[in-house]
Formats: sequence, structure tokens, C-alpha cells
Amino acid sequence: MINLLINILILLFVPFLMTGVIKKTKAFWAGRKGVSIWQPMWDFMRLIKKDSVVSRTTSWVFKFAPVAGFASIIFAAFFVPLAGGKAIIDIPFAFIIFSYVLGFGKFFSLISALDTGSSFEGMGASREACFSTIVEPAFFIAMASIAALSQNYTFDGFKMILGNAGGYGYLIIALAAITLFIMLLIEGCRVPVDDPTTHLELTMIHEVMILDNSGVDLGLITWGSAIKMLLFEALIANLLIPASLGGWETLVAFLAIIFALAILIGTVEASVARFRMTHVFEFIFIMSITALIILALTTYRIYGG
Amino acid sequence: MNWIITENNKKINALDIPTVSIDEIKSDVEKMKMRVIGFFGKQEFENVRLYVVMADDKIGKIYVTSSIFPPSVKSYESFTQTIPAFHIFEREFYEEFGIKPLNHPWLKPVRINQDKYPFFEMKGEDIHEVAVGPIHAGVIEPGHFRFMCQGEKVYDLEIMLGYQHRGAEEIFLKNPKYNNRLAESVCGDSVIGYNMAYSQLMELLSDTTISNKAQIIRRIALEMERIAIHIGDMGAIAGDMAYLMGASIFGITRTLVINTMLEISGSRFGRGLINVGGVNFDIDEKMSDKITAMLDDVAKTVDRTTKIMLKTPSCISRMERTGVVSMETAKALGAVGMAARSSGVDIDTRFDFNDKWYTSLDVVKPFKATGDVHSRFKLRYKEIKQSMQIVKKLLAKLKDYKEEPIKTTPNGVISPNSFAISMTEGWRGEIVHIAITGANSELLRYKMKDPSFNNWYMLAMAVRNNGVSDFPLCNKSFNLSYCGNDL
Repeated sequence: MINLLINILILLFVPFLMTGVIKKTKAFWAGRKGVSIWQPMWDFMRLIKKDSVVSRTTSWVFKFAPVAGFASIIFAAFFVPLAGGKAIIDIPFAFIIFSYVLGFGKFFSLISALDTGSSFEGMGASREACFSTIVEPAFFIAMASIAALSQNYTFDGFKMILGNAGGYGYLIIALAAITLFIMLLIEGCRVPVDDPTTHLELTMIHEVMILDNSGVDLGLITWGSAIKMLLFEALIANLLIPASLGGWETLVAFLAIIFALAILIGTVEASVARFRMTHVFEFIFIMSITALIILALTTYRIYGG
Repeated sequence: MNWIITENNKKINALDIPTVSIDEIKSDVEKMKMRVIGFFGKQEFENVRLYVVMADDKIGKIYVTSSIFPPSVKSYESFTQTIPAFHIFEREFYEEFGIKPLNHPWLKPVRINQDKYPFFEMKGEDIHEVAVGPIHAGVIEPGHFRFMCQGEKVYDLEIMLGYQHRGAEEIFLKNPKYNNRLAESVCGDSVIGYNMAYSQLMELLSDTTISNKAQIIRRIALEMERIAIHIGDMGAIAGDMAYLMGASIFGITRTLVINTMLEISGSRFGRGLINVGGVNFDIDEKMSDKITAMLDDVAKTVDRTTKIMLKTPSCISRMERTGVVSMETAKALGAVGMAARSSGVDIDTRFDFNDKWYTSLDVVKPFKATGDVHSRFKLRYKEIKQSMQIVKKLLAKLKDYKEEPIKTTPNGVISPNSFAISMTEGWRGEIVHIAITGANSELLRYKMKDPSFNNWYMLAMAVRNNGVSDFPLCNKSFNLSYCGNDL
């Protein structure tokens, strides 16, 4: 019960705080004072008070998509252990359902972008779909390898791999963390893959797909994408937190890792220019490479020498 | 060859300009191998007189001739067929007077009638068109861009402008009294450049000689404008690459420069500084020290940030080989100013047309040759450094003329039947102002040419075969003016 409560509280507040921390970090590196770390939350409160403006050319898909996207992200969150405890729905092979539930939401956001009939939004949708196609196999290879290694196919069990992987444990954890971090940058639409603050329609990926959304819909989308980033950070935290820690210690470690990652994302954004669109693919392939190395190490560990 | 030869900042008798047949002009122009800086008409009762102004950058001379089109003649063989640089001038002439250049490859509206704009079309399996604007997501001027793409690759970009057409040239005719406030409002980011060109022209026409001190202060302001805008643009380029540090630091640094301008003239962009007859604000010794200290401060920051950016692999990878315009293309299109120099076309009216305040300073004229975004970024940096040198040298020179007044009362009388031309190298490139007066000293024609007028097509060439997502970066590296083009 307490676990459930903590999960809900984390989903409510931490995503906004995390984006606030990213913004604050960026402001710090830019030499600015920056907005309050609560600003994303105030923005959200402001947005949900507003009505949505819906283009006459759109169909029901456009109105349905933000809700579907948000619901899918919340549902996916049920499978991820937040705060170090067990996930709300703790089942084996959760990573598969996690990925496809998120995919469901993404599908709707893609067709909702196409629904507006705007040429930019179509372009954004094509980019997003293209990146996702490359990301998916890498995610599965990495997750499945870790699942096999941990002998326990739930997300929660992933923290056991240190015991099972022997000498390679740290290496595999590091590689998996890198894989998930790159995925976080892609799914969270951060620099160097995408620029969340740009106003240039032609360079946008995720932002352009939600150009037509406003009010409550936009609020749900921004909250949803913050939660999505939190989920990937939670997966990384889950790998990094040792199984031996107690309940409260795990919670503190979890939050520390979440905010450390937020600061890391902010720092990356401040110090790297965005990649050229064609180079983004090369960046995403780094993720495939680390995933394949994890697979190779796992195979060696289980079947080899 | 029936041309009258003149110079920059010189007045000639309008009646001395020869009238020759358009075919003769065409064959002359093809032989001359010079750059067109003016190709515009003037209504003379029922006839239209076409003036053609060519510039020879090597010797700093300007060639003028004209041709008459009686109402019965409504067309001529277009110059563009052999010299592409004429394309935009001929389009403008056609739009204003309805005289059609025959066999013009892309005879389209320049400023008006955009609702009937005949866009290029491209057909094919994977081809799609992306239309952007005229209202953009950022706080920028209106312009419509249409990309013909295959996937992410741009085959061609067509730029349709004219949304800012205010009839600026006609407003000058309606307000013939010295109207500096109007001149500096034509193009808000080149306040000093436009005002200087206008003031010089009016001083020529009214035979007013201004003090050396005023001449120097004008040029200090012009260079400070160049420094400020170039720094701002470098920040904007960094911003478009999502390189946060560059964007914010250049942004802060630009403020230092324009705030100093505020201290000099009461306006951050130098509005109200220049008047026909001189300048309104003096730069005394105290201010001079302030400017020097500010420039040293700015130089340090700009040096450091540029060095960091040019060492950051992600920045270099975005800028290099993006938006390349070769020297041949730039020359063919008649590109001018900073954009042309970064493609290796070595033209700069400050030095080529022998402005003694510049040529006496012994500064090198920088230019780059690769023609990509990287080269335009780096050239801006070099020009900032050069302008800082110029400002410092001019400040030193200012001491020699301490006693001189900053303004003289201009003559109220404008000389009749005159043709005067004034070119100023604004930060974007040459700003050409031409005025023609009639027998009663009235202004008959006021013609302005912004550097953007030549260079917009250069941008269209630059984005060919680039990713559509690199367009904003290419666009920002040129930073062309919409209102200067639309007038």
C-alpha cells in the first residue's frame, strides 16, 4: 500500500521537478538565473485550466491521441519499479509489454500528427517513426540479455545481475546504463537528437508533432513525456541501485539518481550542439552496438567458458 | 560603349546620361564583366526610362547609361539569359513598369501579386513539398519558403517575399525634406547603414560638406553596428544548432555593444544619431575611452567563445559543408557583401570604392573561400575583429579633429537635374541609394537596393542537396533582410 502511494506521488511530482532541474542546469551553464524548478508544474497547471483549440481539418484521432498517449505512458509506468520497490504490476517479461504499451501511445501521436495535414507534422512523424524503428531492437536485445542474466525476468529482478554476472557485472551494468541513457535522450527528445526549445519547425522532431495541440491536450502531452523520461531514468536507477539496500535507503538512492541524471541531461544539452539529422542515426547505432556487446557478454557468461 | 563614368558618392548631371538602345546596353553589359548595382525605371511622361548602373570593383568606378521605352514597346530580350545576376532586377522592373523581359527563366512576382505566384513544381514518387510561412514560429519577419524535397533532402527551395512591401521609395518622394527618421526605418537592423547612405546622398544633392569629425563618427557607428549584428548572428547560428553556450554568451556580448551605442546616441540601434549635415551626438574623450574598454572586453569574450565553438566537434560537424555556395555561383548570381566574401568573392565597397576614411587605415580585408555555414560563421568573427581595429583607429583619428563641429546646417536647395549615387557597406553588404532630381529640384526617383535583394537567391542555392532540417541554420548564416528586400 505504501509502495503504491509512493509510486503515485513520484508520478505526480517527480516528472515536473526533473524537467525543472534540467532547465535549471541549462540556465546555470548558460550563465542565466533560470526559471524556478517548479515552473514546469506551474506551466502544467496553467495548461489544464485552458480549453483546447482543435483544427477543423482534424478527425477524432487528433482529440483521442493525447489521451491515448498519456494513458499508455501511465500504464507503462505500472510495470516499472519506481522508488526501488516493486512495480505496481510486477510480472516477468515486463519489458516487452512496457515497450509495446509505449508504442501504442506513440502510434497515436504519429497518426494524430498526420491527421492535422500539416507538412511539418508529417515530417516530424516520419522522423520519430524512423528513430523508433532503430531504437526498438537495441532495447530488446539489451533488456532480454539482462533478463536472461538475472534469471528473473521482471524489471525488479534486474538488480540481481551483479550477483549472477560475476566479473562482467559492472561492465554489463555500465553498458546497459549507456544504452538506456541514449534511449532516454531519443525518447525524451533531448539534445543532441532533438532540440526541445527550438522554434524552428523544420528541425523539430517531437515538438513539431504537437504544434497543433493546446490547452489540456498539450498539458497531458508535456506531463506524459516527462513521465516517459522518468521511466527510463527509473530503469537506469534500477540497474544501478544495489539489491542490498533497505527500503528508505533505496528511495533516497533512487531520487538521487533521478536528479543526477537530470543534471547530466542538462549538462549534455548545454555542451553539445544538436547533431545533423543524418548523424543522429549514427548516434542511435551506438545504442545498438552497446546492446550487442551486452548480448555477447551474456552469451559468453551463460554458455561459454 | 556609350556610358557615363562616375564614382561612389558623386553627383552627375542627369541630362548627361546617354540614351541608347536596349540591345546596345545588352551587348555592352555582356562585354563589360562588371557587377550590376542598379537596373530600374523612371516614368517620363508616357515613356519609361530604364537606368542601368554597373560597378567596376577593381578600379572603383561606376558606369551609368539609360534607355527609353515608348508606350508601344512592351518587351525586350532579357539580360538574365546570359547574365543570371540580372534576374531579380528584371523581375522588379517588369513588376513596376510592365515591360517584359523576353525569355526570362523565372519571371515571377517580387513584391506584389503573390496570390498568383507560379511556384516551381516537381513531380515524382517520393517527392513532397513543404511550405513554411509567411507566419513563422519565431519572432521573425514574414516570408514564404517552399521546399521541394525527396525525404529529408531538399532539391530546390523557392522563396516568395513581398509581405513587407510598404512602398518605401515612394514615401521618400512624398516627403522630400531631409527625412532621416524615415531612412533609418527602412530596414531596422541596418539603421546606421541606411541612414548613412541616405544622408550622403542628400548632402551630395544639396552640396553640403560635412565635418571630418562627423564623417569619422558615422563610420565608427557603422562599424559598431557591424560588430553588434555579427555577434548577434553568431549567437543565433549557435542557437539554431542548439549549442546553448554559444547562443547565450554571444547574446550577452552583443548587448554590451548595443548598450554602448545607447550611451552614444540614446538608441541601442543608433536611431537618431545621423542627420543630413552631420551627426547629432558627439563622441568625446570620455566616451572614446568607454568604447575602447568595451571593445577590449567584447574582444576577449568573442575570441574565447569562438575558439571553443570551433573546437567543439558537434558544432563543426553541423557547420562544415552545410549550405555551400561556390564562388562561381556567388559570382553568377551577383552576390554581395559578407555572404559573397565568405564564398571567396572579394568585394567590399568600403575599400573598393576608395572611401578615404577606410583606405587610409591600413587594415586587411578578410575573406573566406569555402562558402559553407562554417565559412560564414568564421568570416563574421574575422570581420568583428577587423571592425574593432577600424573603430580603434578611427577613435584615435577623432582626436585630430576635436575642435570641429559635429553638424553643419545643410543647404535647403537641392540641385536640379542630378543623378547621385551613394553606396554604403552595411554589415550585410552594399546598401545602394540612388536619387534623380528634375528641372525644379524635385525628387523624381529614389531607388534603394538592399544587399538582400541580390543574396536571397544565394540562400535558395545554398540549401540545395542539404537536409531540410539544415535550412534554418543556412538561413541564419545569411541572415538576409525581408523588409530591405520588400521595401
